[in-house]
Amino acid sequence: MKIGIVGVGVTPFRLTTPEFSWKELMYDAAQRAYADAGVDPRTDVDSFITCAEDYYEGFGIFDEFTPDQLGAALRPMHTVGGDGIQGLANAFMIIQAGAADVVAVESHSKASDILTFDGIVAHGLDPIWNRPLGGHPNYVAGLEMDAFLRASRNTAKDCALVVEKNRCAALRNPVAAYGSRVTAGQVAGSAPLWAPLRALDVAGLADGCVVLVVAGERAARRMQSEPVWVRGIGWASDAPALETRDWAGAAYARLAADMAYRLAKVRRPAGAFDLAEVDDKFSYKELQHLEAIGLAKKGQAGKMARRGALGLGGKLPTNVSGGSLGCGNVLDASGLHRVSEAVLQLRGEAGSHQVDGARTAIVQSWRGLPTATGAVAVLGVGR
Amino acid sequence: MRKVAVVGAGMTIFRRRLQETGKELSFEASRMALDQAKMEISDVNAVIHGTAPDAFDGVHMKGEYLLDGSGGIRKPYMRVYTGGGTGVFSTIAGWWHVASGLADIALVVNEEKMSSCQPHPQSVFAHIWDPILDRPLKPNLVWIFAMEMNRYMTVHGIPYEDIARVAVKNKRNAVGHPCAQLPDANITLEDVMNSEVMAWPVHRLDISPPSDGAAAVVLASEDVVRKRKLRDQAAWIKGVGWCIDSTMWTDRDLVFPEYVNRAAKMAYKQAKIDRPKRQIDFAEPYDPFDYKELHHLEGLGLADKGKAGLMTREGITERDGKLPVCPSGGLLGVGNPIAATMGIKIGELYWQLTGQAGKRQIPHEVHTGVAQAWGDLMQYGSVVVMGA
Repeated sequence: MKIGIVGVGVTPFRLTTPEFSWKELMYDAAQRAYADAGVDPRTDVDSFITCAEDYYEGFGIFDEFTPDQLGAALRPMHTVGGDGIQGLANAFMIIQAGAADVVAVESHSKASDILTFDGIVAHGLDPIWNRPLGGHPNYVAGLEMDAFLRASRNTAKDCALVVEKNRCAALRNPVAAYGSRVTAGQVAGSAPLWAPLRALDVAGLADGCVVLVVAGERAARRMQSEPVWVRGIGWASDAPALETRDWAGAAYARLAADMAYRLAKVRRPAGAFDLAEVDDKFSYKELQHLEAIGLAKKGQAGKMARRGALGLGGKLPTNVSGGSLGCGNVLDASGLHRVSEAVLQLRGEAGSHQVDGARTAIVQSWRGLPTATGAVAVLGVGR
Repeated sequence: MRKVAVVGAGMTIFRRRLQETGKELSFEASRMALDQAKMEISDVNAVIHGTAPDAFDGVHMKGEYLLDGSGGIRKPYMRVYTGGGTGVFSTIAGWWHVASGLADIALVVNEEKMSSCQPHPQSVFAHIWDPILDRPLKPNLVWIFAMEMNRYMTVHGIPYEDIARVAVKNKRNAVGHPCAQLPDANITLEDVMNSEVMAWPVHRLDISPPSDGAAAVVLASEDVVRKRKLRDQAAWIKGVGWCIDSTMWTDRDLVFPEYVNRAAKMAYKQAKIDRPKRQIDFAEPYDPFDYKELHHLEGLGLADKGKAGLMTREGITERDGKLPVCPSGGLLGVGNPIAATMGIKIGELYWQLTGQAGKRQIPHEVHTGVAQAWGDLMQYGSVVVMGA
């Protein structure tokens, strides 16, 4: 059975949202998604999913606080301790298994409520082996960037170009929080806080919420004349231990892509997609992920950035939404945000950052430090 | 929709302050389940993890932290989380991994290590409340459950001894369980009724003990069961259901668990059960408190409203009764490492249905069982119906 995305709701991403609680953000995005799909959650949505982590939310058991604002009270609902695309994967499976026809998937960030984000990330490190070493947890990304650049022969300059590209692209996206005409030179001149990682290589945090409405083929066709089909989906984790994971090659992204390509019957990923939304919570991650999921040859992603192949109008427009660098890091909502951007592109509703005639898209996510977990979705319209 | 079977299960002992890390507990349970299913981790297509508050273990993204112990490295690995409901819910997530066709063999691992939380895991529960409406009152779980128990007793006129009898039954049932933390062959009704009052009407022995532990089950598609000749050791998942009620527990009538009832109806519909009292042979409802077993039996439609206590008094829910309830010994007898209670809910259904429950085996033949877990702020129900 084909699974389609029939509704998208996104609140604009912002550095702080003092007038709304996270509950109100969820309500806002949900009602946009339900209106887009033309559904009443109390009668038309069979199951609800939220993607959240207790520590980000500041609750002992965050699952308690999820149903009311989505219209899910006394309905089947659960939390996924994972990225939004992993939540979408659950929706995909629930529908395939016949347990529901229509599922809503939610994820949000209220990062501005978090007083000690770095401390929380450090709390994700192994409490026996790594946490006692102390230091700002972004050192993990600095080490990985170094390993990736050495192994692939991409350069820190290429990474700076990614920052310039994505933050400039974000100026065209009305939901982006970090649009700016930052130049690669300014990135290269910013403080080398976790060398070779510099201050401007890091995506800033943002508040925001994304809700998708997903449906099985029949329901999807009833709701939308042109649903965006989820042709393939995959997710994978590498070792949580820093000592034993693949540092250069983002194995989690490769494995997740393999799974999604198998389902979508994509044999040659390079050239198969009109646009890509790949995780760029750190600048080097965009290049690393492009190579891991087979959209760039090993060591060539930087060259693609230098030649403008990754920009709007390039060979493989990548993160034309602005990505996490341009829109802001919305934590576990990052994956859903990328899906929502791809859906708008495939519907031809992306406004001034529209990729002309886009019919297929690939979306990839990473859960952020200190994890080695990510997911991939292959989306398309038409046949 | 593909048929899905449980073909192996494992669990660690349940104790306070186990020396093993959460990763090691997860490994031990996974290894046991795989051994029973005659499989290696390389046979597994996907790993599903269930574990409740991160704050117990004191690790942010606890699912990520536990993934190597659970065999998730370089595999599709999914953590689902519904508070205490995770004990049964993770198997539901495992079911859709296989039923959807995305996996042929899935390993479901649940872990909880409550003892890392100092001075007592109860302190995590200080942070589960609405920060504006509830937290300033400094509530704790025992006293809100006392309110629910009181409401249940008052509305139906249930005497306390009918509730305390559940604790006696389950702690006695646990005597045959190799993992049990609080089995007691000689416990009497007086022992429970005379134990210290924690928050009236809840007495100390009405409550299950906090615990460390892990449990795992292996799920397989019908094809795998046939090809690997596992039919004799397969118990089939017939129906699944889950439901969450409003966060606002103060707005609900606590006398009846509507969320459990809706989850049960969803599972029964899939399992083609229209008369649960006749068609279900035994049950493993969630029993962190003794009154919860009764409350949940009513939610599951296995007892009339207000009558579950009577069934206990008449011995119907004893292991050799007409409807054995918590033949494992339940959370009251075996222990309550929140999500890891999967071992005494899904695990017990599996072992009973395949005749592997040893000393705990129900003496008469059983074909259909139901397991249920309960979680969040008295608001989550997850239900699995299994058949031999």
